[in-house]
Amino acid sequence: MATHAITVTVNGAGERLDVPSNMTLLQMIRERLALTGTKNGCEAGECGACTVLVDGEPVNSCMMLAVEADGRQVLTVEGLAAEDRLSPLQEAFVEHNAVQCGFCTPGMLISAHALLKRNPHPDEGEIKQALVGNLCRCTGYVRIIDAIQTAADEGGM
Amino acid sequence: MFARPGLPSFDYVRAGTYDEAVRLLEQWGEKARLLMGGTDLFPGLRDGAACPKVVVDVKHLPGMRDIRCDTQAGLAVGAAVTMNELAAHPDVQAHYPLLAEAANSVASYQVRNRATLGGNLCNASPCADTAPAVLVLDAEVVLYGPKGERAMPASRFFLGPGRTALQPGELMMAVRFPPPPVPAAARYLKLGRCKAGDLALVGVAVLGIGNGTGYHFRIGLGSVAPVPFRAAEAEQVLAANPPSEETFALAADKAMAASSPITDVRGTAEYQKMMVRNLTLRGLREVWERLRNP
Repeated sequence: MATHAITVTVNGAGERLDVPSNMTLLQMIRERLALTGTKNGCEAGECGACTVLVDGEPVNSCMMLAVEADGRQVLTVEGLAAEDRLSPLQEAFVEHNAVQCGFCTPGMLISAHALLKRNPHPDEGEIKQALVGNLCRCTGYVRIIDAIQTAADEGGM
Repeated sequence: MFARPGLPSFDYVRAGTYDEAVRLLEQWGEKARLLMGGTDLFPGLRDGAACPKVVVDVKHLPGMRDIRCDTQAGLAVGAAVTMNELAAHPDVQAHYPLLAEAANSVASYQVRNRATLGGNLCNASPCADTAPAVLVLDAEVVLYGPKGERAMPASRFFLGPGRTALQPGELMMAVRFPPPPVPAAARYLKLGRCKAGDLALVGVAVLGIGNGTGYHFRIGLGSVAPVPFRAAEAEQVLAANPPSEETFALAADKAMAASSPITDVRGTAEYQKMMVRNLTLRGLREVWERLRNP
């Protein structure tokens, strides 16, 4: 199987990697870069646990090849916090207890981050629409939606 | 090497030209698969439905990501334009809102960032959300293959579940739409098991065109037959009778009669047929209302 030399920026850091053709972006993130915040869930684009930003837009990293990320900017959940300070959106998740088992949380945060970037003042319906591709089996979503609304109201992601 | 079984082995090739893509398709035949957004390909690779030796990435070929709109010439959408790009494009929203609505109904925001119009059509799922809209907008698909470029009506493109008129070595370049009909109103009504994110149990696209001097309607149905199709008999009823509640009810019955869904995990055939009638009726009422009160 062919391997490909790629250059990709992950959370601001440039990486040069040799990746096999069939390696997914998710595998590259978790297993090559040891960024295990991004989760492997359904592997079919249903659950959103693997959501990352590629060039600023959320995608399911289980359904994208690592080689397709050549030359692009990737942001994972590890890239949301600055130094040791959580982002306002992350703080809002903590404040609202929007986390139970936590498996969906990285994907939820990335989808919410992307939403607030394109729409700083979403209403409840817009928040729900943005999270259609992120399943949570614990919280019933209410606290997640409240947390995102709070982060938006307080003016930041 | 991987913590979980990953994708099967294949060689990834990013095609630099259309001819290179065609050459690879001819050389590898069934063992080659095209990659656009991958949202159908990846699940297929994982469940064994696809086991290619070569995956040919064609979304970077010239024109594949372009949207060109001209009210005289119509709309041309590159096959690799994503659902989110299509739904957010100002010209598509202004002149082809049905297409934007259909694109926006696909799966989730993340999936729509990768899923492409061409991939949705070439995968030829009966429930492809963009297909009913493409059919009622009288689009044609532009294909490229060993003999060069050719165009065909979208209505002749779908042959069966997963089967299209693509010949060996061919790929889709673009979808072309004629100038937008005016004045018009349209709606894509999608029924899933939940409000959003699911595949369609029934998809109904209704397009109404006209003003005080006359009206006509087109109806496209998805998920309720081996291929997405235009409800021709229903359209004839609408053409032969003045718009009224009775006409709409008769047309909705014809649409229901023309559909042949199968019972599956998403619902029974009987339920889907009844929903074809109900959604067709709802779509006609709404489109008619908007045509009369623009």
